[in-house]
Amino acid sequence: MQDTPFELGGMKFNSRLIVGTGKYRDFAETRAAVEASGAEIVTVAVRRVNITDRGKENLLDYLDPKRYQILPNTAGCFTADEAVRTCRLAREVGVGELVKLEVIGDTRTLFPDVAATIEAARVLVKEGFKVMPYVTDDPVTCLRLQEIGCVAVMPLAAPIGSGLGIRNPFNLAIIIEQAKVPVIVDAGVGTASDAAEAMEFGCDGVLMNTAIAGAKDPLSMARAMKLAVEAGRLAYRAGRIERKLYATASSPLSGLIG
Amino acid sequence: MVSIATSITLNGDPFPLDGDTALIALLERLNMRRGRVAVEINREIVPKARYDETMVRAGDRVEIINFVGGG
Repeated sequence: MQDTPFELGGMKFNSRLIVGTGKYRDFAETRAAVEASGAEIVTVAVRRVNITDRGKENLLDYLDPKRYQILPNTAGCFTADEAVRTCRLAREVGVGELVKLEVIGDTRTLFPDVAATIEAARVLVKEGFKVMPYVTDDPVTCLRLQEIGCVAVMPLAAPIGSGLGIRNPFNLAIIIEQAKVPVIVDAGVGTASDAAEAMEFGCDGVLMNTAIAGAKDPLSMARAMKLAVEAGRLAYRAGRIERKLYATASSPLSGLIG
Repeated sequence: MVSIATSITLNGDPFPLDGDTALIALLERLNMRRGRVAVEINREIVPKARYDETMVRAGDRVEIINFVGGG
């Protein structure tokens, strides 16, 4: 069953798994995990360069921007202004217009500040950015962000780094039904079945970091996530059977010995 | 012309400078590559094409960012 490519912001990808690059032991492990995941889009954070340690290697030396679509995020931003400023700087590094917009509203839950996210999205879309906003799993917010011109919406499955899996499958179903842009579950995935579940619901992709980087064996988990996203996508396209309360025999009822 | 020791604020901390300096010279001194960083001076982004002609002057607030691991 030939799948259509994953289209995002005018670009085409084969992999529907987007991975983060945080929390790894070193850049070599980051690169190995990204490779094992099969991801073609990788998120990065924007931070001040370390002035005192000038010999330090750069993440892009390990993840070639010619091979990977780099997706800078605005993690750590608490206002629309900070997020917009971060995106402008990220674009100037020279890896394209695609940005993961996140404006955090609260340090304990890391849930987004929805009003500030919408405000920042408006400015960024006007400035030509291809905006992928991290949002709560709220169908109305996702609609608004789509109307503004975001190239995707990225509802959270559960709090960032929590590994709780999809907490509100029904909201997610509504978001998917309404969406005219790709829906990417961002945050909250704990293990492979969570990723497969998201894809089975009809999500266009899954974005994760901690589930892989925090696993005891990140490289094996990266591969598990690759397979899970592929399996979930295939199952979605194959069309699952209806759920029934009672049994339906799989073997013929006629021709029994007797 | 005598160069005057002066200082800028670089990524939030004081940083000494021998008078006005071309941005590209500052980046080279810091061992930073053009394709890996982005620069703001006094909250204005400096386009890469202008690194050679842009001067960093006493009192300027300079931010140099790069990409690090993140989700």
